[in-house]
Amino acid sequence: MSNTSKTVTLNMGPQHPSTHGVLRVILELDGETVVKAEPVLGYLHTGIEKTMESKLYYKVLPCTDRMDYLAPMSNNLGFCLAVEKLMEIDIPDKVQWVRVCLAELTRINSHLVWLGTHALDLGAMSMLLYTFRDRESIMDMYEAVGGQRMMTTYIRIGGLAMDIPKDFEKDIRNVIKVINNGLNDYETLLTNNEIFINRTKGVGVLTADEAINLSLSGPMLRGSGIKHDLRKANPYSSYEKFDFEVPVGENGDAYDRYLIRVEEIRQSIRIMEQTLDGMPEGPYRAHVPGIVMPPKEDVLYKMESMIFHFKLITEGFKAPVGSVYQGIESGKGEMGFFISGDGTNKPHRVRVRPPSFINLAALPKMCEGNMFSDVVCAIGSIDIVLGEVDR
Amino acid sequence: MMEDKLREFFNNNFKDAVIKEDKFRGDISYYLKPESIYDVCEAIQADASLDVKFLSDITSLDWLNHVEEKDGRFEVVYNLYSISSTYRFFLKVRLDGENPTVKSIVDLWDSANWMEREVFDMMGINFEGHPNLTKILTADELDGHPLRKDFPLTWEQPKFTWNLDDPPEVIK
Repeated sequence: MSNTSKTVTLNMGPQHPSTHGVLRVILELDGETVVKAEPVLGYLHTGIEKTMESKLYYKVLPCTDRMDYLAPMSNNLGFCLAVEKLMEIDIPDKVQWVRVCLAELTRINSHLVWLGTHALDLGAMSMLLYTFRDRESIMDMYEAVGGQRMMTTYIRIGGLAMDIPKDFEKDIRNVIKVINNGLNDYETLLTNNEIFINRTKGVGVLTADEAINLSLSGPMLRGSGIKHDLRKANPYSSYEKFDFEVPVGENGDAYDRYLIRVEEIRQSIRIMEQTLDGMPEGPYRAHVPGIVMPPKEDVLYKMESMIFHFKLITEGFKAPVGSVYQGIESGKGEMGFFISGDGTNKPHRVRVRPPSFINLAALPKMCEGNMFSDVVCAIGSIDIVLGEVDR
Repeated sequence: MMEDKLREFFNNNFKDAVIKEDKFRGDISYYLKPESIYDVCEAIQADASLDVKFLSDITSLDWLNHVEEKDGRFEVVYNLYSISSTYRFFLKVRLDGENPTVKSIVDLWDSANWMEREVFDMMGINFEGHPNLTKILTADELDGHPLRKDFPLTWEQPKFTWNLDDPPEVIK
């Protein structure tokens, strides 16, 4: 371009259907080429980290659902693991198995919504209908275990909110059947679809070095060819006992990220089947008086349990001075909770390491120098949830 | 093993910069002098035997009115991770309450850009040498830094800017 050419500044969002919420991007265009892309955040900022500081440890938990509202169980799990690390609580086997099963179910939930909306952005409208049809079975499963469709708060500090329902195994196997059937539909529609390949191949490319320098995690990092998954690298909640593969991409473009996410759904199904096959018997909550809530059945009939229940609801427990970090591999990447105790019954600071926020910082690098129409594809391939970006 | 390597690294290169080493629940933290943080990060990133290339997170704490305040009111925490040896450790610096400033590490990690902006926005810590140290999450009109302990939990700042004859810079 000659020096006389002028650039045009274009505002995209915050009310734009393909920004997946309220993301605003200020684009500087030279013809159809993006010269500069600057994301503007904060339209959904609710001060969740500040709110968490004012609550007892138990009462912080519902806040975590509301950040990444497409993966509530992953957030619950991350926070509970961090508190359990801080308070040194051992978790019964059965709880760990159920947690793994539900965390994988949540990963599928998160990926299905991503798949539907990403394909919708690129013009494949029917995908949204198929993925949301199948996601409904996961929502029903959430309702069966936690009583709610989205903000379940089912995983609690030291265990689960209640015992798993009688039909748990049967229901999960039904969900697996639905998802397996659905996966064939999605792949038939997209994987070899020429329009989809043309729109995604070579778009939003990030090399391995760039991905590490930008601290990317999850499918974004693996798409660039780095085989790193916290479930394998630093196993939590007994992930080391399950057999699964970590898919890795080669080119670091949007198409590779699509392939990885679809393969991750398959691997999640594998893990869920293993948890169902070897589900151990046992209590659904650890027995740690004074820190972990006693089971509700005991509260109604045993005096000590009722006393502890009352004390925990009113006063909570006191955490030691010191900070812990627990990262988990959520659907979007490394979801970390940094909790600092200060000797009182409320957390001194809860820092959430938001995968969407940190992955979104790669957007300028993915867009600049490329075509304007690929911006939508680049945003979609990051898989952001603005509730978590802005918190 | 990685723990020993790290200790050796600090003993050989930054003996004066380390204030103390702390282990809590299995996580190693090194408390460093604030002025040394850039040099330490640069050396860690360049060291091939450590192979720590991943900056996982930057966050901050405010120890106002706590017994820990004696070492400095603010604490900035750098969360570093080595992908090859799957090892995580923390670098921490303590800063004074008056005009807390630390050198920016954006030159080393691109991802530090937004992380530092968030710490600045939420806790009011200045990062020297940051190319664009502006608010990222809170509204432009908001005064103060919400995660400081002296920022009230339920406090709203009424700003009826449309009534002003001379609107502030952000509205123009």
